[in-house]
Amino acid sequence: MHSTIDFSHFLKRSGPDRLRLDLAVDGICCAGCMAKIERNLSQIPDVTLARVNLTDRRLALEWKAGAVDPALFVLRLAELGYKAYPFEPAGAETREADLASALLRRLGVAAFAVMNVMMLSVPVWSGNVGDMLGEQRDFFHWLSALIVLPAAAYSAQPFFASACAALRARGVNMDVPISIGIVLALAMSLFETATHAEHAYFDAAIMLIAFLLAGRYLDQNVRRRTRAFAGNLAALKAETATKFITDEEIRTVPVAAIRPGDIVLLRPGERSAVDGAVLSGRSEIDQSLITGETRPTTAIAGSAVYAGTLVRSGALRVRVSAACEATLLSEISRLLENALQSRSRYLRLAERASRLYAPLVHATALLTMTGWLVAGATLHDSIVIAIAVLIITCPCALGLAIPAVQTVASGTLFGSGVLLNAGEAIERIAEVDRVIFDKTGTLTLPELDVANAASIPADVFDLAGRLALSSRHPVAAAVARAAGAKAPLPDIAEVPGQGVSGVVDGLDIRLGRPSWCGADEPANQILQDDPEASVVAFRHGLTRHVFAVRQRIRPDAANTVSALQRVGLTVEMLSGDREPAVRAAAETLGIHHWRAEVTPVDKIARIDELARHGHKVLMVGDGLNDAPALAGAHASMSPVTATHLSQSVAHAVFLGERLAPVQAAIAISRQAVRLMRQNLWLAVIYNALAVPLAMAGLVTPLIAAAAMSTSSLLVMLNALRARRQRKPA
Amino acid sequence: MEVLLYLVPLALVLGALGLAAFLWSLKNGQYDDLDGAAWRAIADDEPAETSSTAAPPASAQH
Repeated sequence: MHSTIDFSHFLKRSGPDRLRLDLAVDGICCAGCMAKIERNLSQIPDVTLARVNLTDRRLALEWKAGAVDPALFVLRLAELGYKAYPFEPAGAETREADLASALLRRLGVAAFAVMNVMMLSVPVWSGNVGDMLGEQRDFFHWLSALIVLPAAAYSAQPFFASACAALRARGVNMDVPISIGIVLALAMSLFETATHAEHAYFDAAIMLIAFLLAGRYLDQNVRRRTRAFAGNLAALKAETATKFITDEEIRTVPVAAIRPGDIVLLRPGERSAVDGAVLSGRSEIDQSLITGETRPTTAIAGSAVYAGTLVRSGALRVRVSAACEATLLSEISRLLENALQSRSRYLRLAERASRLYAPLVHATALLTMTGWLVAGATLHDSIVIAIAVLIITCPCALGLAIPAVQTVASGTLFGSGVLLNAGEAIERIAEVDRVIFDKTGTLTLPELDVANAASIPADVFDLAGRLALSSRHPVAAAVARAAGAKAPLPDIAEVPGQGVSGVVDGLDIRLGRPSWCGADEPANQILQDDPEASVVAFRHGLTRHVFAVRQRIRPDAANTVSALQRVGLTVEMLSGDREPAVRAAAETLGIHHWRAEVTPVDKIARIDELARHGHKVLMVGDGLNDAPALAGAHASMSPVTATHLSQSVAHAVFLGERLAPVQAAIAISRQAVRLMRQNLWLAVIYNALAVPLAMAGLVTPLIAAAAMSTSSLLVMLNALRARRQRKPA
Repeated sequence: MEVLLYLVPLALVLGALGLAAFLWSLKNGQYDDLDGAAWRAIADDEPAETSSTAAPPASAQH
């Protein structure tokens, strides 16, 4: 199948005769995998580069143009046991990566300046109490200025830019006192140096910048990593479409390469990756991912098809109206926009703290200056002391307190199978008091499963599974999967609308509609007992069996629900599915609050209603119909099988078949927020001790530097405790 | 004390060299995969690179 993928969209020219391809690789776990892949792929002739990135789980390949078919790489990786898929980094991912590397560059410059200025500052500090000559001290001060001024002008730009933006919007953020502190300290130091004074604050100013940049970089790094993982997930879901190159010829291409106006083929069993209108063909389509309705509807020429719908019986030719990220019902996108806007009003813990902190710092500094003036000090001395206050209250610990905890906690979350999508995810998830689950694909597994496997003899099951491999119908696929079938039976014919049939041991063998297999009676019996199931009948000679296929509830869903209820959260279920199905699931899971046949608008309305009553809702869902609710909820999570759109608006994505990561995410987030609060308190206590000293005029650059470093280290060490989160049972 | 006139600029030049090396390695994408780099150092047999351009250019990396 892989060999038909059209790679041209992903190939890049990296030299005059070199081509380059980036692959997202699934299954890389350690250095062993890295060595194995690199050794194997670089043995292919004319491959000039095969390099695995162990952090991002990606593989970069370069080869002589025209010498190798890129499909060979994917094939080779599949032989080695790794699933790979070409990817194109999303715009957001590239931006995050550029920002992280820009911050690292500025941090490097600031760190260089700090080291060199310290070298000059030590002799000045010790010289001031010893035998240093005035000219020597001035020389050292001028040298410091020479190093620090350009370094600060370059590396403090993120703070200046952010402070300017805040002031222009007539607000104050943490960067305003930082910027004022830096500029004042530098200006004053320059003045002091010019007037041959004993103290200059160059070292303190540049160290402040370096520590704060370290905090910013940590923060940015979390985002860069999760974006990269999210990009991999999107690529590995391998959403492809079958495109008509001419009227006759078809080719499998990645969805990223489909443009509006293209004509694609949708075959039975395929999930549409595009929005469009049916040109020809007739089929039943399952729109459960969009509407939550599990009963199929009929699609004929002229019908609209949406991304995420499953084609069940016949093939369709569809003209694409939107592909990739544009595939949306316009109503969903409108709702989404509104919901995202209301979300942006949320203030993160760090921002809330800095809102209180910034005016306080300014007031204290101003008060100190006027106090000293009133007490009879000269203007010069008063300003020097005020600057010392600004520097010592440097929100250094504050700037590190939250990003450091975030970095450590996001690593712990990753270990529990949760990828963060948004910077404020931890704080939001920690605050929730209600969890709303969608049913289809969230509480249940996205794929169908055989419900009555126990009542079917093993040899029959086995044979039916092998026969089912010849059909692309989702119900048949579920039988094949449940039977663990590997080898398809030879000479199987498909009878449109009925099923598949063939001959085994001289006996007629069929899998399909109960009426076609002569098994109406047992099928009706099953449907009466379990109206939610889909049935498929199997006939081999005289044996007749009926398979009941239905969505299976996630293996640990009941445990997770009761665990959430135990920690005081109210669990609720909103589903677009019909009432009996929702009722049955709610009873199995012990969920007391539930509603069925809910539209996307209803879901949003319910979340808004809860928000008005002061509840903070965690929405967990996977479908397109959940996307607006995911965006509108206080916090949101999606399973990795969710639609691309749902994943991109959710605060976090969880991996695997189990639901336990949802519970782990809440526990780890709560612990992380506790640590953030502790860190803020550490910063407050440090200030309570240091500020009076500074106000009293007792602070020299040495004390300022030592105090600043100590408080930063303390905060970092405390953040590391987020790693010691016990795994929930 | 005249020795300072040599030593201080010398120290600064050395520091600047270090900074230049850092910026160069950053530009070459050497900080893109710190996990992998840690393991590469202790790998038994380095996979045969047929080209000397071991590190992919940063511009193409993203």
